[in-house]
Amino acid sequence: MKLPPFEVHRPSSLYDASRLLRDLGGDGVPINGGTELLLAMKLGLAQYDHLVDLKRVPELRGVRPISTSVSIGAGMTHRELEGSPVIAEAVGEMPRMLAEVANVRVRSVGTIGGNLCFADPHSDPATFLSAVEATLVLGDGSTSRRVPVDQFFLGAYETVLEHGELLVEVTVPAVPVGTGIAHMRMKVHERPAVTVAAKVTLERDTIVRARLVVGSVCGAPVLPQAIDKLIGASRGTWSERVREVAAASAAAVAPVADAEGSSRYKQALVEVFVRRALDAALANASGFTR
Amino acid sequence: MSTVITATINGRTFKGEVEDNELLIDFLRDDLGLNGTRQSCEVEVCGSCTVLVDGLPVSSCCYLACDLDGKVVETIEGLVGTAFHEVLGDAFVRHGAVQCGYCTPAMVLTAKSFLDDERLADEESLKRAMRGNLCRCTGYRAILDALMDVMGSERAAEAGSGR
Ligand SMILES: Cc1cc2nc3c(=O)[nH]c(=O)nc-3n(C[C@H](O)[C@H](O)[C@H](O)COP(=O)(O)OP(=O)(O)OC[C@H]3O[C@@H](n4cnc5c(N)ncnc54)[C@H](O)[C@@H]3O)c2cc1C
Ligand code: FES
Ligand code: FES
Repeated sequence: MKLPPFEVHRPSSLYDASRLLRDLGGDGVPINGGTELLLAMKLGLAQYDHLVDLKRVPELRGVRPISTSVSIGAGMTHRELEGSPVIAEAVGEMPRMLAEVANVRVRSVGTIGGNLCFADPHSDPATFLSAVEATLVLGDGSTSRRVPVDQFFLGAYETVLEHGELLVEVTVPAVPVGTGIAHMRMKVHERPAVTVAAKVTLERDTIVRARLVVGSVCGAPVLPQAIDKLIGASRGTWSERVREVAAASAAAVAPVADAEGSSRYKQALVEVFVRRALDAALANASGFTR
Repeated sequence: MSTVITATINGRTFKGEVEDNELLIDFLRDDLGLNGTRQSCEVEVCGSCTVLVDGLPVSSCCYLACDLDGKVVETIEGLVGTAFHEVLGDAFVRHGAVQCGYCTPAMVLTAKSFLDDERLADEESLKRAMRGNLCRCTGYRAILDALMDVMGSERAAEAGSGR
């Protein structure tokens, strides 16, 4: 398979990249690692005459701790982030989540920004980052806006990004003491068939906050309402409530049938993985309270 | 459209023009005649097309040749005659880790990229690291045995860095 002809542009600032994309209109598209875009172009699913390479845009690079969160450049590769001590310190579960993505070759080249902006429904970071309440900074070099990750996706392969607007950074809040996070996933082929991430906060052995995200089974990550049943549960009662939440979440999602499985199969996966993710998040939260 | 690139390929400097839409696998095989790099799935899944760019494994089936500017590339041909090749080749033969050989260059290069990683002390972490490299012949056991034999051993570490 060959790629159709195109020209690669290499801007060296966010402003230039955005301006170039605006000038090119529908003929231009951003590219970073190309692990999604080149594949789509090879398969004839997308065609552009101009690729605007973001690899030389300095604003998209780096990992910085900022007070109680970590700011991650959208152009950082999975592999770079997997090994970042700053991320490991602030959000211990994140490197583990990233290490599960794809294979080592895709992780060496593919970026966190490319994963989110492509908006493939089967995504580990989209699920995880929604659960940990990460915020995305979108910008064009002169203006910027902040969008919570769970409001970024409009559906499969669709985001709120305007043409010429770029994902600049991902801000992930550090996990405070007493809060536990877990990311669970399973794959049938290369991409995850189901991803579930949970975040729970305990105060004196009682659940005071809980957040649950079910990903990879619908067009975009979903946040089941049933998670509210966990609030107020204490150590003696929460395992029973976790089961209820898992069953209710599975009943509430309407998974899309695809190569990873039928809708009913995925519903069954959701129930099991919600239970596992909540159990693990509660165990992690308990660990920190001692 | 084309781009002029300068890259180090198997220790030699390449300076020249490549088409913007040329894939790394075609550049290596068709332009440079380096046929040791295989192509199978063409969609970043099987690993046959693995080469190292700045020491990291990439799928050359979905990587642009023009992105090589300023980079260091290693293909299986570049390992021939090195101590690493000798040590790993020896282990592969001893364990019967090569049958048709189609996956072998990728297995060897991927292993090389992990050699200095001390997190790979046990078989479970080695398996995770090698995931995404398909072999249709061996059932993987022989390959893992060969790699376990040399990974993390002082011999391999010396051979890997001192080539
Ligand atoms: C074989 C395979 C297996 C995979 N398995 C998994 C998996 O298990 N879990 C998982 O979560 N993901 C998986 N992925 C997806 C993988 O994470 C992405 O391919 C990768 O992160 C994309 O990054 P990239 O830089 O290569 O994106 P590119 O291909 O360069 O870009 C992707 C899209 O995003 C746009 N874009 C890129 N950067 C920006 C930006 N900063 N601002 C605005 N738009 C931008 C591009 O225009 C393009 O449309 C898999 C992919 C492959 C090929
Ligand atoms: S041919 Fe490139 S990964 Fe299969
Ligand atoms: S030896 Fe034949 S594919 Fe691995």
